[in-house]
Formats: sequence, structure tokens, C-alpha cells
Amino acid sequence: MRFLSRRRRHPLAGFVVLLLGLVVAGGLYSTLAPRSAGADTADARQVETGRQLFLVGCAGCHGKNAAGILAAKGGNYGPSLVGVGAAAVDFQVGTGRMPLANSSQQAPRKPPVYTAEETAALSAYVASLAPGPAIPDTEYTDPSDEADVTNGGEFFRTNCTACHNSVGAGGALPGGRYAPPLDDVSGKYIYEAMITGPQQMPVFADSVITPEDKRDIIAYIESVSEEPRYGGLAGGGLGPVSEGLFSWIIGIGGLVVAAIWIGAHGARVKKQT
Amino acid sequence: MSSELPVQRPRNDIEPAEPLDNPGLPEHLPRPTDVDPAMERRAERQISAFFGLATLLTLVFCVAYFVVPKDATFLGWSALNFSLGASLGLALLAIGIGAIQWAKKLMDDHEVIEMRHPVASSEEDRAATLGMLNDGIKESGFGRRPMIRNSLLGALGVLGLPAVVLLGDLGPLPGRTQFSTVWTKGMRVVTDVSGLPIKAADLEVGELVNAEPAILFETDEEGERVLEGTEALQAKSKAAVIVVRIRPEDITAPAGRENWGVDGILCYSKICTHVGCPISLYEQQTHHVLCPCHQSTFDLSDGGSVIFGPGKRPLPQLPLSVDEEGYLIATSDFTEPVGPSFPEIEQES
Amino acid sequence: MSDTKTPTHTPVEQTKFGKRAGGPVKWLDERVGAAGVARGLIRKVFPDHWSFMLGEIALYSFIVLLLSGTFLTFWFQPSMQEITYTGSYTPLYGLEMSQAYASTLDISFDIRGGLLMRQIHHWSAMLFIAAMYVHMLRVFFTGAFRKPRELNWVIGVLLMVLGLIEGFAGYSLPDDLLSGTGLRFVDGLIRSIPIVGSYLEYFVFGGEFPGNEIIPRLYMVHILLVPALLLGLIAAHMLLLVYHKHTQWPGPGRTEKNVVGYPVLPVYAAKAGGFFFVVFGFTALMGAVLQINPIWAYGPYNPSEVTAGSQPDWYMGFVEGAVRLMPNWEFTTLGWTFSLNVFIPAVLLLGAFFTAIGAYPFIERWVTKDDREHHLLQRPRNAPVRTALGVAAMTFYGVLWIGGGNDIIATQFRLDIYAITWFCRVMVFVGPVIAFIITKRICLGLQRADKEQVLHGYESGVIERSPDGGYSERHTPLSEVGQYELTTHERVEVAAPPPAADDRGVRVSGARKARRHAFVSKFYYGDVVDKPSRDDVDEARHHAGHDGHELEADEEFRGVGETGVPRSH
Repeated sequence: MRFLSRRRRHPLAGFVVLLLGLVVAGGLYSTLAPRSAGADTADARQVETGRQLFLVGCAGCHGKNAAGILAAKGGNYGPSLVGVGAAAVDFQVGTGRMPLANSSQQAPRKPPVYTAEETAALSAYVASLAPGPAIPDTEYTDPSDEADVTNGGEFFRTNCTACHNSVGAGGALPGGRYAPPLDDVSGKYIYEAMITGPQQMPVFADSVITPEDKRDIIAYIESVSEEPRYGGLAGGGLGPVSEGLFSWIIGIGGLVVAAIWIGAHGARVKKQT
Repeated sequence: MSSELPVQRPRNDIEPAEPLDNPGLPEHLPRPTDVDPAMERRAERQISAFFGLATLLTLVFCVAYFVVPKDATFLGWSALNFSLGASLGLALLAIGIGAIQWAKKLMDDHEVIEMRHPVASSEEDRAATLGMLNDGIKESGFGRRPMIRNSLLGALGVLGLPAVVLLGDLGPLPGRTQFSTVWTKGMRVVTDVSGLPIKAADLEVGELVNAEPAILFETDEEGERVLEGTEALQAKSKAAVIVVRIRPEDITAPAGRENWGVDGILCYSKICTHVGCPISLYEQQTHHVLCPCHQSTFDLSDGGSVIFGPGKRPLPQLPLSVDEEGYLIATSDFTEPVGPSFPEIEQES
Repeated sequence: MSDTKTPTHTPVEQTKFGKRAGGPVKWLDERVGAAGVARGLIRKVFPDHWSFMLGEIALYSFIVLLLSGTFLTFWFQPSMQEITYTGSYTPLYGLEMSQAYASTLDISFDIRGGLLMRQIHHWSAMLFIAAMYVHMLRVFFTGAFRKPRELNWVIGVLLMVLGLIEGFAGYSLPDDLLSGTGLRFVDGLIRSIPIVGSYLEYFVFGGEFPGNEIIPRLYMVHILLVPALLLGLIAAHMLLLVYHKHTQWPGPGRTEKNVVGYPVLPVYAAKAGGFFFVVFGFTALMGAVLQINPIWAYGPYNPSEVTAGSQPDWYMGFVEGAVRLMPNWEFTTLGWTFSLNVFIPAVLLLGAFFTAIGAYPFIERWVTKDDREHHLLQRPRNAPVRTALGVAAMTFYGVLWIGGGNDIIATQFRLDIYAITWFCRVMVFVGPVIAFIITKRICLGLQRADKEQVLHGYESGVIERSPDGGYSERHTPLSEVGQYELTTHERVEVAAPPPAADDRGVRVSGARKARRHAFVSKFYYGDVVDKPSRDDVDEARHHAGHDGHELEADEEFRGVGETGVPRSH
């Protein structure tokens, strides 16, 4: 103790205290702060493979260094990917949205062009350009029994159903755009979509909706898509519009056919002439 | 083999039948079941089989009710719902088909004629009724005593009023309650469902947060929520908000609202000004928010002004600031009424 | 008639059952005089046609609603009190929700047969209203609303409006997110009523939205008030039907003064009774196999939550469409705000639409000045303007209906939702006009074809070649019955406009009104193709034998029959 107190007026004392404070604060932060759900980062060889793939398949729209290519009237062919993070690439490439087959209102989901390793390489390359959202950990994207499905449902109905509909059947946006259906989407892509905000979808960062809450949302979505359609054929989950269509076509149609049958004369014996 | 009734030929009697005379009822042709005993018996068996099937299916219903477990599934549906419904439905259908087949195949199908009578009552009925009415009125003196008549009509007429007056306590008077919400100066903006406060620095450009006033998650000394049940829902129906972060250069703040945002973080009412549905269909590139009910669209980068749709008033904005810890707070309540327009909405006080 | 082997009929009073029942029946008759009433009803004749059974679908659906609804009332709790859910649907376990919603979840998952009854109830509600529409259209297009049935038409319109209210109240009871959003819309709708909107809103909801009162109040409306009104009006509707007797299609043997058909006992007891079971059974099968209103997927009502694809049940779709298509007209004057963007489509439209429908028999009566009783139906083609107006009204309704589903159409067909809205905004005015013109032309064309058939016969399918190479088709005359059926409608009478002044130059009073009437009468009947006169028919018959077009084809070429089916060789 005397060693320290004797040097308390040393010119470097303030500096040491500052250093101590930084170390303590940093240490406390890294232990206590809410984790973002990042998985392991990639190695340099993966990054180089990714860069080669990028130059062949992506640079045409996104530019050779992924900085984007501006169009004449201020739009772009492909936006800058600097800072979008591995999560964005994994989502876009993994769901087949990228590479874009033709320009349209919105990139549709289609069978992916790249394999899982190639996708990982591309993600690693883009992640190496600048810090951005990382691919989430399976702890949050593969919900186990720990997930609170009820909580997930509340979050889902508050944040997601306005665009994606109560059972994730999708919804309309202006200009021919749409919120896509959520059936058959893996938990990882749901998570990545939330943190990267693809196209018109807003961002739902981990600081506002925590990874645990996101895990609950994913669990709820999976439980809704897996649960039985208790009442029978569900008509696509589109609600009263399809129900009305059924009542007219099947209900009234069927009963009118029955009425025609009831009123029909049936076979008659021909007169012998 | 068949003996026919004499063919009837009534005349077309609307006006002189023209251009052609009514040929009269066509001759009745027998059905196979009328002439062929084998067909007749077959029809009988068929109809009885339907009724028998119905009986069987009704019993299946009764058994299924007790035997099928509530959580069993069948073809991805509830097995109980399907078994009960299919057995009941088919049983009823079978009874119906049996009865109809009986009528079509076996019951006598000679067309029968019934004459209509004029819808109006006969002249003598009218005359007799009029006479009785006159007798009754004469005896009551109603026509001769205008004072009684008028005062009675007056009394009966006013009797409608208590029926309306009694409804007076259906609900409270609105007063000024429609003009304010639970938001006050300094109240934190918290994430809906979790109740976590929102740090300004944590929000990214393009982010959307569905938020509520902190009071909805506050608890008192006993750990009970300060606002719960119906009160909480009533507060939510006016106070729900959305928080978005837009690049500051994309924002055109209306006059006087330049400091209502925090570094491009803006807060708007979540309740549509058309008929009150919550809006959170936010497009991060266009900064438009679309109401799913009737497609009213508001531009959040332009003071919540209306772009499309049946809504008229712009989306009300909540002025934001940050407290000492960097969390988002409101600096006051909304300065205009939230939600659908009502007749007094422009009246100052 | 039937085989002698079938046992002969023993009068019922002589059978064993009849002898035993005789005592109680006599007891009843001595107190109630039932035989007098039953006399007129037991063998009452009803004409036979499938289109006369559409109203029955509505009636039977109503009975199914009463039965399934009573079941539901044993378990449904019409309270907005918040409780914590502890039932068996796990994704909502532990959530705070109203008792109404929780009890609906219990009915769906924990009460055996509950989900089936909920689905039967909801499907038959949809069928009830759809059947009323189809029945109304049948009555309209065949002119069955004319005297003496105008009152029955008005009662029918009231039944329709009450049905809409009943359905709305019913699907709002579970207090789920979808129907709660609908109640939020109603809240905004009431607010838009000029001057008194805020007061009405607080009175209906018992305070601020959502309040505590609306679900219990809707419950009272749904199980007590409206069913009582419906029962009373249905009874009046049936009573008038029995008194007036049913209308019938014109044809051989049928006149304005008779009814040709089958008696209630036994044929209609079996057919109509059987149809009740068919409707009930069909509805039950729909409840078994088609899911409807899965309230568990929507979640409990929360004013901060909403789902994409929020629509009311189909019968409110046209109001929803009108609200979506309406431009945003709202203005303030003298301190009062008038929200026409909500008031016109949500409040005025419903009232105006059904008032116009209810008034139609009286409008047509004013045009035709026809005070005779009508018991024979009209083929739609023989009332071209009425049919065209009906189709135009259906088009108007249909465009609004499509507008109500514009977001579903946008997602399913990858279209721009704003473009659909604009398209419907234009088509709601243009569509009915186009539909009117096309329908009227089709009706007139059909009338011409009928007249041709009466005068010149039908195309027999036998082609004849003349010596100089031209081809023509032989026409075979229609049978007597066929000719009669095409000429039973009435002659057209267009009101002549009166002279403005009589022959002494004195102005005729009421001339302007009469001229207006003549104008409308000409609009209605000016273009109608009249049926041929007796002279025309006689002349045509005469010519057919001498024109070189032989009446009968020979043995080899028999051509086709009247209905177009080839004759057997």
C-alpha cells in the first residue's frame, strides 16, 4: 500500500489511474453488457475465397470493392455493402435473393445459387470490409424448450404481424412490394432479416429486441407453422377474404347444386306411340 | 298399365290469351318407379339404406365424442373436430338425401292445381269492417271530443321521451379526454412488451421500434401495475408510438419541430388518424408508413404528412429528447389529438 | 299408377297408431281449433323450381344458427375483465386476455365439440347472408316483388340489414385481434358522425375505447335483440308467403289465377324437410373440413397490435372497400369538423344502398303505373332495363367488394396496391354504366332470338343447298308448348308524353310531372322487343308451309331437337 501512496503525486499517477479506470470499465462492460449474438469470425483464406466469388458474381452490380455502383439519376445498381455485415450476406445469398435474376420491385426468394461454403466465404469477405451485424449464434436461432413462446407471440404481434400477417402469410406494401411469407424460413434467416433490415424491412437491432426475445419470436413463428390447422383446411391463412370465397363457391355453389337436384324432374318413362 | 287423370286445360286468363292460347297442363309421364315394381323396390331399399347409414353415423358421433382425445391430429387437423363434424354432417346429409329421394322417386308426382283468391279482402268484408269501425268510434266519442283526443295524443307522444332519457348513463361525456394522452414531460419511451428503455445511441438508421410510455410498465409499492386491465388498454389506444431513425439529411421537419427529434430519431403516434388502427408497416427506404386497414400512407421524414389513402390529418408527432443517461424521453404530451378525427377536434377549449 | 302389389292405404284414423292418437288430437282440437287452420295448410300447393329454394337456404341456416348459437352460450363469457390464460393452447399460455377471448379459446380447445360448433355457427352465418343475397337477386330479376309482394320485399331488406348487424356483432364477441381492429374502426366511424359523434362514441363504448362495456352490449344485441327482431320478421315474411301463395313461372297450364305444383304433405314436407337436413349436414361438413376464424392465431385484442390483411367478414367487405377507396375529404367549418372520408362510405353508403333496394318496387310501380296483382314471374330478358339495373348494382357492389380485398389481391397477384385502389375508384362509377349497357343489349338480343324462334322455328341442324349453290339451314317450328312459353309475357306499354297545352292552348296541369314520367317510361320500355301479335304468328305459320323451307325433315336427316340435342336416327 505504501508503495502506491508514496507515488500518489507522481506525474504519471493520473495516467495510471485513467488506465486502471479504462481496464475496469472495459472489463465490466464486456462481462455485463448485453451480448450481441455473434458467432465466430472467419479466417483469411475464407475471406480470399469470398473475394474471388464476389468479383465473379456480385461485383457487376455492387462494384469491385463492394462500394456500390451509382446510376445516372441518383439511384444505384447495387448498394454499397460496406458495413452491412456477414448477417446481411448470409441472409440475401442463403435465401437466394441475391444474385438478383432480374430487376423488379423487390428481390424475391428463390433457390440459392451458392453452396453453404460459398455463402460463408462471401459473408466473411463482406464482413472483412467493415464491422457490421454478424451471423447469429445457433443458441438464438434454433430455439430449444427454453424459448418462451408466449413472449415471442407478444413480440411477433406487436412488431411483425402488421407487415407479415398473424400466421406469417405475408402482406402488401406500396408500389408492388410485399412482406414475404414466413413459412419454411429457417430461424437463422429470420434473425438475420431482423438485424439487417433487408430492402424495405426496418432494422430490429439486438439492443432494442434482445437476442433472447428474438429467440422467442423465432420459436413462436415455428410453433405457428408447425401446429395443426385445428379446424381443417386453412385457406392460406389469408383470413376473411378466403373464407368469404369459400362460402360463396363451396357453400352457396354446393347448396344451389343440391337445390337444382331437388327440383329436377328425373327419369321419365317414354310414351309408346 | 297407368291410368291418367283427365288432362286439364284452363285458359290463360290475364288478358285475352295472345298471341297463343294456353295449351294446358302437359300430360303426366310416369317415372320408372311408377311402372316397374323392381325399380320401386330398389328405390325403397336405397332410401332405407340412407336412413340406416344416418343412424350408424349418428352413433359414430356419440362414440367419437368420448373416444377421440382432444389433442389428436388427423391429416394435420384436429381429429376430434373432424370426426365429430364428418359423422354429424354425413348423418344429416344422409337423412336429407333419403327424404328427398323418397319424394322424387316414390311419392305421387302428379301436378296439383290450387286456385288463388284475390289478395284484397272482399267488398262485403270491407263494408262490414268499416261499419263496425264506425260503430266503435261513434260509441267511444273519439271524433266528438277533440279535447280528450288531443290531450291523449299529447300524453302518448311525450311518452317516447323517458325511453331516450333513461339511456343517459350509457357512458360519460367526453369532455376534453380525447385531447390528451398519458404522455407527460420527462416520461421515458420504452420498447413495447419488454418495457426496456431505449438508448438513443443504440438505434441504427433504418430501425423501427414499437414503443409505449413508461407508465404502462410501472409498478407501485406492492408490485402491482399502475395501469392494468381496461385502463391500460385505454391508455395504449392513444399513447402507442413508433420510433424510427432516419438520416438527418433526409428529414424535412415542419416549422417549430426542428428540435423534436434526436439525431434523426423521430417519434410518431402509432394510431392512424383515419379510424385508429395501429400502424407499423414502415418502409425503411422510403420512410413511408402504411396502415394495413385502409392503406392511409404517411411520410415520416416529412412531418407525418399524408401521401395516399383516406386519412386526412398528418400523423401526430411526439417531441423527443434524451435524459441524463441517454435514454429517450418525451418532452411533453402530443400537441394535437391522437387517433381518428372527431367533430370537436379543432375546437381550442 | 303403382303396382297392385303395394299395400293399399288404410285411413290414418283406423290404424292402431291413429286410434291411440285420436284422443289427444281431439283434446287439442277442442281447445285450439287446430283442424280449421290445418285444413288450409296440409295440402297447400307450392310450385316446383330450384330457384324457389334459395330463401329456404337462408331460413334453414337461421335455424342452424339458433341451435349452434345456443350451444355456444353455455360456455362463452361476454366479459372484458382481464384474466391470465391457463388453458391448453400453449402459445398463449400465461398471457393476459379478456374473459371473452379466454372462454372462446376454451370452447375451441377444451370443450369437446366446441370448435365444431364454433365453425358450424360461423359458416352458417356466412351462408345465411349469402343465401339472402342470392334469394333477393332471384326475386328481383324475376319481378316477384311486384304487387302484392312489395311489403314482403321490404321485410326482406330489413332481414338483410339485421343479418349484417347480427353477423358483425357475432364475430366481434371473441375479442380477438382481428375483430377488435374492426371495433376500432367502428369507434372511428361513430366519431365521424357530424356534431354528435364524440357523444355517441362515449355512449356506445361506455367511455374511451375500448372500455369495459362493448362486448357485453354486443352480446345482448347478438343473442337477444336482433334474434327477436329476426324471428318476428321471418314469421311475418312466411305468413305473407303463405297468404299470397308462392309465385310461379308461366307455362302450359299455369295462369295468374292458379298455382300448379305439389302439395305440402307429402311432397314438400319431404323435399323441404330433406333440404333442411341437407343444409345442416353440408354446413356441418364445412365445419369439419374447412377452418374458419382461427382466433387463436390472431391473439387477444391489443390496441397496439394489428395484422396485415385485416378485413371484416365478407358481407361487410363492400363497406370496407368503400372506406379504402374514398378520397380523404375532411373539412372544418365554424369550429366543427366533418370527416366525410369516413362518414360517407361507412355510414351513409349502407343506409343509401339498402334504402334504394327497399324502395325499388315502388319506383318500378311509379314507372309502370301497374296496379294489378302479379303471380306469374318474368324472365329477366323480358324486363331488360330492370335486369340491367340489377346487374349494374351488382357491379357497383362487386367493385367495392374487390376494393375491400385490395391488399390480398396485391400480394397474391404481385400488383401495386395503390394502382388497384385507383382502378377501383374509377371502376366503381364506370363499371356499372358499362354493365348496364352490355346487359341491356344482351337482354334485347335474347328477346329478338325468342321472337325469331316463335315465328320461324328453331335451327334444325339440317343444311340445305339450293340449285344455285347457296346454303341455308332448315328451321323446324317450335312445338305448341314451346311457342306458348316464349310468349307469355305482357305487352309493352310506353307512356305517351302529354301535350304541353290542350287544343285550346290552355296549359295542362301536371304536364311537367307527366312528361317526366313519360321520359322514364320510355327509358324503361322504349327499346323492348315486343312479342309477336296473333296476326304475325298466323302469317308466319302460313308462310312456313309455302316458302320452300319444308316443315319436316325426312327420315334420313332428322337434325336436332328443340333443345339442340341431336335426334336419334
